[in-house]
Amino acid sequence: MQHRILSKDSLAAFLEGLRKEHVVYAPKRDKKVPNKMVWKILEPGESPLFEFANTDMSPKDFVFPQSECLMRFRTGEDGTSVLKPIEPEPRKTLLFNVRPCDGKGLSFMDMIFCQDEQTNDVYWRDKRERTLMVGLACNNPCPSCFCHEANCGPHSETGLDVLMTDLGTRLLLKPLTDRGATLVDGLPEAAPGDVDRAEELKGTVEASMKPVIRTEHLEARSLMDAYNLPYWDRVCEACINCGTCTFVCPTCHCFDIQDETTPDGEEGRRVRNWDFCMSPLFTLHTSGHNPRGKKMARVRQRFMHKYKYIPMKRNGEVGCVGCGRCVRLCPVNIDIRDVINAMNAPAEAKPEGQEV
Amino acid sequence: MMKTRTEAIRAAARTLLEEGRVDAVIGYVQGTIPLRAQPFVAYTPEECDRFIWSSFCGGNLASIASGRTDRVAVVAQGCVSRNLNGLVHENRIQRENLYIIGVPCIGMLDQRKVEAKLFGRNIEFLKRDPEEDLGEIVVGGCNAMGECYEEVIKRRDVKRDNCYTCMHRNPVGADTVVVEPVSETAGGDINAVATPWMRFDADRRWEEFAKNFEDCIRCYACRDVCPLCYCTTCFVDESNPQWCGKTQDSADVQTFHILRAFHCAGRCTDCGACESACPQGIKMRRLTSMLEKDVRTLWGHEPGMDSTTKPPLSTYRPDDPEDHFK
Repeated sequence: MQHRILSKDSLAAFLEGLRKEHVVYAPKRDKKVPNKMVWKILEPGESPLFEFANTDMSPKDFVFPQSECLMRFRTGEDGTSVLKPIEPEPRKTLLFNVRPCDGKGLSFMDMIFCQDEQTNDVYWRDKRERTLMVGLACNNPCPSCFCHEANCGPHSETGLDVLMTDLGTRLLLKPLTDRGATLVDGLPEAAPGDVDRAEELKGTVEASMKPVIRTEHLEARSLMDAYNLPYWDRVCEACINCGTCTFVCPTCHCFDIQDETTPDGEEGRRVRNWDFCMSPLFTLHTSGHNPRGKKMARVRQRFMHKYKYIPMKRNGEVGCVGCGRCVRLCPVNIDIRDVINAMNAPAEAKPEGQEV
Repeated sequence: MMKTRTEAIRAAARTLLEEGRVDAVIGYVQGTIPLRAQPFVAYTPEECDRFIWSSFCGGNLASIASGRTDRVAVVAQGCVSRNLNGLVHENRIQRENLYIIGVPCIGMLDQRKVEAKLFGRNIEFLKRDPEEDLGEIVVGGCNAMGECYEEVIKRRDVKRDNCYTCMHRNPVGADTVVVEPVSETAGGDINAVATPWMRFDADRRWEEFAKNFEDCIRCYACRDVCPLCYCTTCFVDESNPQWCGKTQDSADVQTFHILRAFHCAGRCTDCGACESACPQGIKMRRLTSMLEKDVRTLWGHEPGMDSTTKPPLSTYRPDDPEDHFK
């Protein structure tokens, strides 16, 4: 598809066009917490920000809300349950200036929520189909980013409808889907020099990102070998077992479903909430048994899931896009890059099948 | 880094392990990115060489010591030492199993405030981190194009909120203190933190409270980093019966914060770890400041000044003031 060019002077008119059919959101500085970036509606007349690292929370909330009502129910006259589905919202959402890692994040979760005909989550799919993403390539990755080593990259296109590259006073727009092509239709075509300039930028930015993780031994290592690494006993000492890393993560997707009823039990709703593997409650059985009763087992689970179980089941794909949010926001600075390298390092394993 | 303190902590920790006086030392090591420190448990004298002290040791190591049954030494500034005293009183740690390596503290810095000052720029290094309260830090970094910067920032402009009003910067009840004491208070008026609440009527208080916690994502980092929160199962994690809803409904979010604050009333040392830990930057102290002021005013109690005094809300006296029951 043909690249387009958009002068930042004409941005307001372009955004106004987008607003006709979409509610446009963009990363903005939080009013209360000055270093925080949040997804907010980009109001008419407001200019989007181009100089920022990324939002503190990933945009997964747009497609997979932290709390989502799945249906309502009430007791009918004959005592039977009457279920009332939730009407899908008709509005379309457009995420403007979404970072490539977050485009990849939603694309990764498509694979989880919509695996096949049997596993085709309507709540996810519906909102995903109504959410368009106009990406902004990263020209200045921050020191905690490692997207280039997590099957992603600062100019990655996966999951996005349009990828924009900031050329200074102008933006180069590359449509990536039919929806994206419709969005940019009407903008002037880009000159070959602009496309070359964007390619050059991509090369410079990628080259500026130093290699930080190694996974070759981890890929070869047996599951039980990685599972039984003595390292887990040490890394968990600092972990406070909060949910920060999972909640800010653009690929963490675990949830819990609860029915909430009125005190008389006559009416209620079924709600899906984000859940997190760091919480003991996550795996607590009705019997009282907890297969991950110890903190070490819970800490291990998160990293094993992302860098061992998912790659094994999904052909080398990892459950991580290298956005660095958990690195920046972990209250005790547990750095996933260190953990990956420790999982990759040759180490003496404990005997197999040890009880945790 | 803070060289004198770092070296003194390493030496003290090393000696304790070499002489077999403790089984482990809990301290901080350099974070993987600037403006961060990572809690670390050292078991050998060699591992002690990794310990550091910096302006970004904003967690609370008493939480890591809490519940341990081995003999541990903990690197502790004023607030953390008071939490350790409290934990001894509450039988979470046996005093004979505890060794407090005290660090006179000049106040921790708030990485969010530093980041806000340098918004849009990468922070790649902390070049200078002086051991003077009114000193200046130097931070800097480069962008992908190789353009670099350095910025000098006054410590007093970016301190954590709680460190401006600290009442006990020197460790309390420490077994050793690694450097000369600093001035006991930070200078700010701790009672002033709660002043806005005094002016508000009940409706306004509720409004401000609701606004303060509206961004909470219920990750529970504030609870999990807090040395006062050691319940085996927190009330929000109880599933049978389930006391608190699991959704983002404001009633559930607010229930958590109110109940947690009341559980901590009269025990909080204002260490600020909850605010440092919060990924959303929520000001937890807006709530605790008023509770602690009430405890100071009504009972004249300062938590953790020794390991024998019962916190006022854990005890009853016939002459307890009752004016607040209205």
